[in-house]
Amino acid sequence: MITLERVSKRYVTKSGTVDALVDASLEVEQGDIFGIIGFSGAGKSTLLRMVNQLEVPDEGAVTVNGLDLTSMSTRRLRRTRRDIGMVFQQFNLLETKSVYRNVAMPLLIQGTPRAEIDRRVSEVLRIVELEDKRNASIRQLSGGQKQRVGIARALATSPSILLCDEATSALDPTTTESILGLLKRINREMGVTILLITHQMHVIQRICTKVAVMEAGRIVEQGSVLDIFTRPRRPITQQFVRTVVNDQMPGPLLEVVRSETRPQELLRLRFVGDTVRRPLLAALSRIEGLEVNILGATVEEVQDSVICLFLVQLIGGAQPVRRAHEVIDDAGILRERIEI
Amino acid sequence: MEQEIFGITVDQLVLAGVQTVYMLGWGMLFGTVIGIGLALALVLSRRGGLMENRVVYVTVNVTINIVRSIPFIILLVAMMPITRMVVGTSVGSRAALVPLIVYIAPFIARMVEASLLEVSPGVLEAARAMGASNLQIVRRFLLPEAYSSIVLALTTSVVGLLGATAMAGYGGGGGVGDLALTYGRERFNTPLMIFTVVILVIFVQLMQAAGNALSRRLREPR
Repeated sequence: MITLERVSKRYVTKSGTVDALVDASLEVEQGDIFGIIGFSGAGKSTLLRMVNQLEVPDEGAVTVNGLDLTSMSTRRLRRTRRDIGMVFQQFNLLETKSVYRNVAMPLLIQGTPRAEIDRRVSEVLRIVELEDKRNASIRQLSGGQKQRVGIARALATSPSILLCDEATSALDPTTTESILGLLKRINREMGVTILLITHQMHVIQRICTKVAVMEAGRIVEQGSVLDIFTRPRRPITQQFVRTVVNDQMPGPLLEVVRSETRPQELLRLRFVGDTVRRPLLAALSRIEGLEVNILGATVEEVQDSVICLFLVQLIGGAQPVRRAHEVIDDAGILRERIEI
Repeated sequence: MEQEIFGITVDQLVLAGVQTVYMLGWGMLFGTVIGIGLALALVLSRRGGLMENRVVYVTVNVTINIVRSIPFIILLVAMMPITRMVVGTSVGSRAALVPLIVYIAPFIARMVEASLLEVSPGVLEAARAMGASNLQIVRRFLLPEAYSSIVLALTTSVVGLLGATAMAGYGGGGGVGDLALTYGRERFNTPLMIFTVVILVIFVQLMQAAGNALSRRLREPR
């Protein structure tokens, strides 16, 4: 549905050249909620703007719904943009206009008849649950309500794609949840494909199906959200995953572990999906000469599945520890040794 | 005998008022149209603007700077040949309009440029994202978002133009300023002098109050 092929963009500034995007390729399929995560300056904003050509690539191809955007005439590009809604971090609404006026704007621009505009505005305001604010001024609204207006405006032209530029980054946690819930509903009920950028792994965890991690203008890792959360490869990806599923040994525990004089091994165990149900601890505790000690555990919901992480201390000789490894591996649980 | 106040006839006073309003009115009308046009040219053609164009930007920018750096009194005299070409004469309120417009248009252009630059780039980006053409962006986003601020800019310009009409009047254009100078100052008619100044002060206060009120109303949602 959206394809970026080896897209590069370089900015020339007074202080030198900046490679905003280097050879970035990605594919978003119909119905995806595709998240791009990275720190500020990683190039995610530039990447997102490639999809509606607010940024033009130096190299590479951008295809949306089978149409090559980079070679399109301005007039056709404008028409194509109506099929791609966009939501912004700072909302970018007309502050002196009413909610109605703001949502009607994209329709006015494409010359939709008055009655049709009325109907459509009511429809999208109902979707974002702001029917009662129809004639309110933007300035009277809270941040969350403003973003709902932003989403309503983006949906007014019934686009097949919605681009979200840090749509929840300016909002408090509760409001963020409600906006994320709304986006998910729009994706499910209206079949709108969503491409979003964020610096919060929490956003990816809550609603995305696929994720790409960006660093210094490059996409360094991408895949299904469950895969990335289970086996993050790059250090930056691990860092992001850690913000949601903490796999680090807390300092005070480290002291306890270090003071242990018997032979021991520390393990990080990841249970994903069905493996959560395996009675692993019961099995481990039955191994003779092995003492199992749980140092920490976290459970997180990811993409309609569950990721569970245990920090486990195994105390015992080489024989029982090897036996424990077998039990763990047989259960399909990911095992990783922690060095101390 | 005709009725007199402060040593001049009422007719003279009314005529002076009409002349000032004439110069202000037409001066502002043409000045605003040209000024907003120039401001749009600057904002659209500047680096990172919607229609980035270095040649247009530099040309307009430098021209405005040059005209703005000429003191009005010199502009008034220097433009006489051009004025004569355009309106056929270099005296009278109509003739005074030409240098007044040349004086106020670049001034308005600068003020409006500042107003337009205040419009959030994010709003313009949103406009582009929804598929608006450049003309639609200007008409539906850029200008409406700046209206309130533009009104304040124009209010400041009216007051500036009023000062210039006094000088233009002295150069043959008539008006309240001319009255103060020729009848008030040169004939040592201090009461008339004070009277005209009071009228001008009241006029400026009213214009400013009206400008502020309109600007505030434009900030209200519609």
